[in-house]
Amino acid sequence: MSTIGVAEPQSTETVEPEVAMAAPRKGRRRRYSQLTRGDKIALAIFAGVPAALHIAFVWVPAISTAALSFTEWDGLKLGTWKLIGFKNYWSVFTVFDGKFFPALFNNLILLVFLSGCSVVGILFAYLLDKNIRGTAIYQSVFYMPVVLSLAVVGFIWKGVMWSPRQGMFNVILGRTAQGDQIDWVGNAQKIFTFHVPFLDTPLGLSKNFAALLIAMAWRHIGYVMVLYLAGLKSVDPSLREAAAIDGCNEWQSFRQVVFPVMKPINVVVFVITVIEALRAFDIIFALKKPPGTQVLGILVRDNLVGEGGGKVGLGSSYGVVLLLLCLVFIIWYLVNNYRENEL
Amino acid sequence: MYVKRAPRRARLWRASLYVFLTTMAVLWLVPLAGAVYASFRPYAETQRLGIFSFPKTLTVQNYKNAWTQGGMTRAFENTMFIVIPSLILILGMSSAVAFTVSRFSWRFNVVLLLVFTAGNLLPPQVIFQPLFQMFKAIPWPDFLSDTNTGNLLGTKIAVILIHVAFQIGFCTFVLSNYMKTIPKELGEAALVDGAGVVRQFFQVVMPLCRPALAALATLEFTWLYNDFFWAVVLLNQGAERPITSSIANLGGQFFSDDNLIAAASMIIIVPTLAVYLALQRHFISGLTLGANKG
Repeated sequence: MSTIGVAEPQSTETVEPEVAMAAPRKGRRRRYSQLTRGDKIALAIFAGVPAALHIAFVWVPAISTAALSFTEWDGLKLGTWKLIGFKNYWSVFTVFDGKFFPALFNNLILLVFLSGCSVVGILFAYLLDKNIRGTAIYQSVFYMPVVLSLAVVGFIWKGVMWSPRQGMFNVILGRTAQGDQIDWVGNAQKIFTFHVPFLDTPLGLSKNFAALLIAMAWRHIGYVMVLYLAGLKSVDPSLREAAAIDGCNEWQSFRQVVFPVMKPINVVVFVITVIEALRAFDIIFALKKPPGTQVLGILVRDNLVGEGGGKVGLGSSYGVVLLLLCLVFIIWYLVNNYRENEL
Repeated sequence: MYVKRAPRRARLWRASLYVFLTTMAVLWLVPLAGAVYASFRPYAETQRLGIFSFPKTLTVQNYKNAWTQGGMTRAFENTMFIVIPSLILILGMSSAVAFTVSRFSWRFNVVLLLVFTAGNLLPPQVIFQPLFQMFKAIPWPDFLSDTNTGNLLGTKIAVILIHVAFQIGFCTFVLSNYMKTIPKELGEAALVDGAGVVRQFFQVVMPLCRPALAALATLEFTWLYNDFFWAVVLLNQGAERPITSSIANLGGQFFSDDNLIAAASMIIIVPTLAVYLALQRHFISGLTLGANKG
């Protein structure tokens, strides 16, 4: 696309430089004046109404949450909030609360784990790109879990895989006898823990969260695979041929040639992975939030909707922390995406 | 004729590739296949014999129970009431914005696109409390909803509104990329012929966007259908809820009957699976349109 855009003005310039210089400017100005008043009103409505809706129901609440994080409020009556400065943030980050760091740690584990899954997804895509017979079937199978809601995925896995008495995991492990069963969703025992100097409670990965991770992998791998496979199909085959002629082995040609060309997709995969890890909510909430599986998204919601009025201020400050974490990656993504094209 | 055969090592490599992929594919199907199998069997039997046993009885009783006890008729109606208007509004509005942004140079183009794209990536938990208050403050006549509070909170309209506000971000992003590939001359020709902006939109650009719209429609259908968060947060428990979140009710009431839950899950996933299997091509091109920034 860009080659055409560059070539055209050059060719006109060689023929008639003055016209070529003047034409685009004139054309742009004229396009504006060609619009009638009705047209301009129509365009304003076209862009204005959706933009107003989006800003009113997404950005205004986001900014309000940031403002509410500096207050103390039960969320019942407007105007009864009390400004308390950074006190909420103080209780989020100090040990008194004790919930934030375990939740943040779970998000972090999820991020590391899903990144691993993304790599597996990329591997699947790479293998499926090798002229496999029946690619479409493999692709459909791997992608199928992605069209299911994570909440329903949780229920399917709970009934079929994790169930203590009849679930596949226990059946395969031979642990279905009474008293010998593993409760995959209920067991909050830690697989590993470690002490952090300034925290009262040690951080660690609980067994039931590890079980949930497997179900999330089931869904995430297919997602990444499809995105990557489509990208791989659009890579110019002559690039790989050139790499092969130059004596690159399989890994070298992927690492040095294919992977760099796939940069836009890599960015998307990375952002999806991070945002999914940070926004995790559905599967945990649907399974009734077993202890040990707290994540930031759940923490925010639980503080905002408590019995008899929530702790809106505190919940909002959890929300702002989550928001800031997300925004770092969102901005990085936008910069990557728009730099070459528009800005 | 002499046919050159691949060297032995390469053939071995290819064979192991097929073995690996097939093994993974089978593993991938295990949870779903297990759920289908369990859903047709009485709970007492799988409890006694384990899930791998040969079936003594096969029955649709679990499906009947899940349907009636889960209130699925109502839940499906709720889902359709939310998904269809949302889908139409999302596609209509985002094409309008994308049209303006991609076909006319305007000072706020990039800003608008940035705001939309970023907004779509925000975590919904962060915005729901103020939204809750906003919906509570917006008056809404009771005869237009099933609530009797006189405001938007707890109505399906509120869920539609937030879906539209949230999802137009993604769709605008995809559609504006798509519309940029339509030659500007087409619009200019229409302009010369005396067609206004509105006619240009409906008669020139929109028909050309059909592939992108089809792709987005399939993708958005599953996303809206699968929505769990907004339904749980904005709608009251019970009869108001759409199908995906209604499973949460079932899980609470019948905590122990795994086969009933399996049957309910199967009922819930049928529409999305059907759409996916029938329109797979659109589905995947929708995802890649979003990923492949031109």
